[in-house]
Amino acid sequence: MNRKLGVYICHCGGNISDYVDVEKVKAAVEHDEGVFLARTTMFACSDATQKEMVEDINANQLDGIVVASCSPKLHLTTFRAVAERAGLNKYNYVHANIREQVSWAHSDNKTGATEKAIHLVKSAIARVRLAESLDPITIPSRKAVAVIGAGISGMRAAIELADMGCPVTLIEREHFVGGRVAQWDLLFTTDQTGKELVTRLYDDIAKRSNIRLLTGAEVIENTGNIGDFTLKVKVTPRYINERCDEGNLQRAIDACPVEVPDDFNFNITTRKAIYHNFPSEYPQYPVIDIKNCTRCGECEKVCGSIDFSQQEKTVEVKAGSVLMATGFDPYNPSEGEFGYLQFDNVVTLPQFKRIIDMCEEKLTFRGKDIHNIAYIYCVGSRQVEAGASSAGGSATDRYEEASRDISGENRYCSRYCCTSVIHSAIETKKRFRAVNNYHFTRGIRTYGKQELLYNESLKMGDIYLQSYENDPPSVIRENGKTTVRINDIMTAGKEISVNADLIVLVTGMVPRSDNRIASLFKLPKGRDNFFNEIHMKLRPVETVIDGVTICGACQGPKNITESVNSSLSAATKSFSYVSKGELELEPIIARVDAALCTWCGKCMEACPFDAVKKVVDGGKEIAAINNSVCKGCGMCLPVCPVNAIDLVAYSDQEMETMINALAEDIK
Amino acid sequence: MAGISTKSARILVFSTEKISDPAIDMAGLLKLHYPPTVYTISVPCSSGIKPAWILHAFEKGFDGVFIAADGSDCTYGESCTVKTGRLVSMTHEIMKEKKLEPARLRMAAICSVCSEAFVKQIKSFNQYLLQMTQS
Repeated sequence: MNRKLGVYICHCGGNISDYVDVEKVKAAVEHDEGVFLARTTMFACSDATQKEMVEDINANQLDGIVVASCSPKLHLTTFRAVAERAGLNKYNYVHANIREQVSWAHSDNKTGATEKAIHLVKSAIARVRLAESLDPITIPSRKAVAVIGAGISGMRAAIELADMGCPVTLIEREHFVGGRVAQWDLLFTTDQTGKELVTRLYDDIAKRSNIRLLTGAEVIENTGNIGDFTLKVKVTPRYINERCDEGNLQRAIDACPVEVPDDFNFNITTRKAIYHNFPSEYPQYPVIDIKNCTRCGECEKVCGSIDFSQQEKTVEVKAGSVLMATGFDPYNPSEGEFGYLQFDNVVTLPQFKRIIDMCEEKLTFRGKDIHNIAYIYCVGSRQVEAGASSAGGSATDRYEEASRDISGENRYCSRYCCTSVIHSAIETKKRFRAVNNYHFTRGIRTYGKQELLYNESLKMGDIYLQSYENDPPSVIRENGKTTVRINDIMTAGKEISVNADLIVLVTGMVPRSDNRIASLFKLPKGRDNFFNEIHMKLRPVETVIDGVTICGACQGPKNITESVNSSLSAATKSFSYVSKGELELEPIIARVDAALCTWCGKCMEACPFDAVKKVVDGGKEIAAINNSVCKGCGMCLPVCPVNAIDLVAYSDQEMETMINALAEDIK
Repeated sequence: MAGISTKSARILVFSTEKISDPAIDMAGLLKLHYPPTVYTISVPCSSGIKPAWILHAFEKGFDGVFIAADGSDCTYGESCTVKTGRLVSMTHEIMKEKKLEPARLRMAAICSVCSEAFVKQIKSFNQYLLQMTQS
């Protein structure tokens, strides 16, 4: 039993101490049985405090520590490492979560939060008094990673993993790789096109024999855990033979009578049911969109490579870790939002980028020449609560109408759109004659090097106007002309109107509307509804689902550089789960009290892992646990009629002593 | 029912490290408030909770015990749901023998992202326990 304990109570800056009186918590526990020292600390996880803990343990020969701070999901390993550095067995440290389960959950009740924190710390002290020194157990971990999503992040992560010597299965739901980046033309800062970037990455993937690429593939089932995931992947055929004749295929495309809106061009153009998005697209042969194909047979008449006998198949993918890079959807404005779908010359930023990519000598849209372009910023981002935007009482009809355009759930800034639109505006001016750019902003966020682009745009004569936070610009159609009107901060609230040939809604990023993959993996989402990491700074690519990492824009709005950085980080993290071929697991296993056991076999029936066997011990039949097979679930515990089984670290004594501490009345 | 607060019942939650713990943590992150007299003890799997622990909690004055079960998400296998249900039924029987109201033990499956469901369950359980003590 541990008798000389150290207790550390963290302020977490103010995350805990703003709601929990940490000094009161310290005072309430410092005289508890076995507590040798109790301290409060600004950041328990800081290097300085960690060093202090090591010194305390060594100087005072502490045989147990309690750290009361954030969720153990964040820092369990940090403080276990502290214990080990001080020569203390890491299982003699017990954690109390007084942030997620106290200060944040009860920020509405400071007294209640403080009392709860005291109970939780007392309970942790009670537990650590009984803690035993344990050695971890190891399980095999399959040296393979499944990367879901072959956009820029997924492709880059796959290459990185392959170069570390790890077999990778890259799973892409679409029939072509590249994700959103394939849809962009020139990119800042390199001036290469999105297509070139995707081509380069695809070539790199093709060169690596340890990357298996599945396109038209969707994960439909996920079983297993860290070290041993099994994914079932539904692969839709292309209905075209791989070694096809390109010329004939083009004739097949021309012959196809079906026309549907083209997703690649954000529905501003149409495509055939047999299609590829652009000539050099990877994989370099087209696909038949079977949902829209009428099976008229016209393509088969001109091309022998069409093969409707191809069948959908299910592939099993086994991996030790799963890396999620499923990307984002562009925000889709609702009808009437800044005139979208109401006026035919209002488009979104992704549509505009496709328009300038498709135009050659003249900038035209729907047959009309474009000279004056108005860009309305932050559409679908930095939204405000409905009604909040018109607070003030002096709203006119126009004002209320316009305010509705910035109402919504997306409170976050999408980060990439200011830079993207300014870059597109500059490119438009460079490529086409007599273009005037008018930017209706809510403040420019071209951070870092991207500021150079803003500067270039100003030098090129772009006009920047800025709306008041509660008074967005409005789009009006009068006498066949579309006008954007703004009360401009830059000119002290002067109302300015611009007649625009084209209005570009600078739309941000939103989470994928198709949420099936998140449901399959039970991935948590943050307040912005993107996938949520454990901690944005400390564990930025890990999720609470062990073995599943996230990167790129599925985690939140990011530009290409940021996405690639996070994908490299996620690749490294995923590799760390599989690189050794084994993983250390908690030594939490069942143990049988031979004196009490009378062998009834119920524990053996309850065990899903066949870890319980009957043995004869001193002439008596009893249950025995196979330590290498037991997973520590505890299913055998409640079924024992004589209470002869315990789980290591969850003994009756430990559980009851914790319950006693939680039930104690605080004086 | 010793030590019951007039505002909230004292509830012991058995949650699971991999499934319901993240949901309860996320409830805090999202500032979804629930009574501060709700205390959590983590266990590896909800099907490994001993009835004796639950009875001990009642003995020590907890008004209610809530099992935030793994449900079908359990990392230890599909049998978890049935086994957790079985141990709850078993405990209900013992509670009846001990003249404890079985409704003071409640179970619900709480997945790793079911923060709102957790808070809703806890608030409703709290209301139920408060009404029970007043009647």
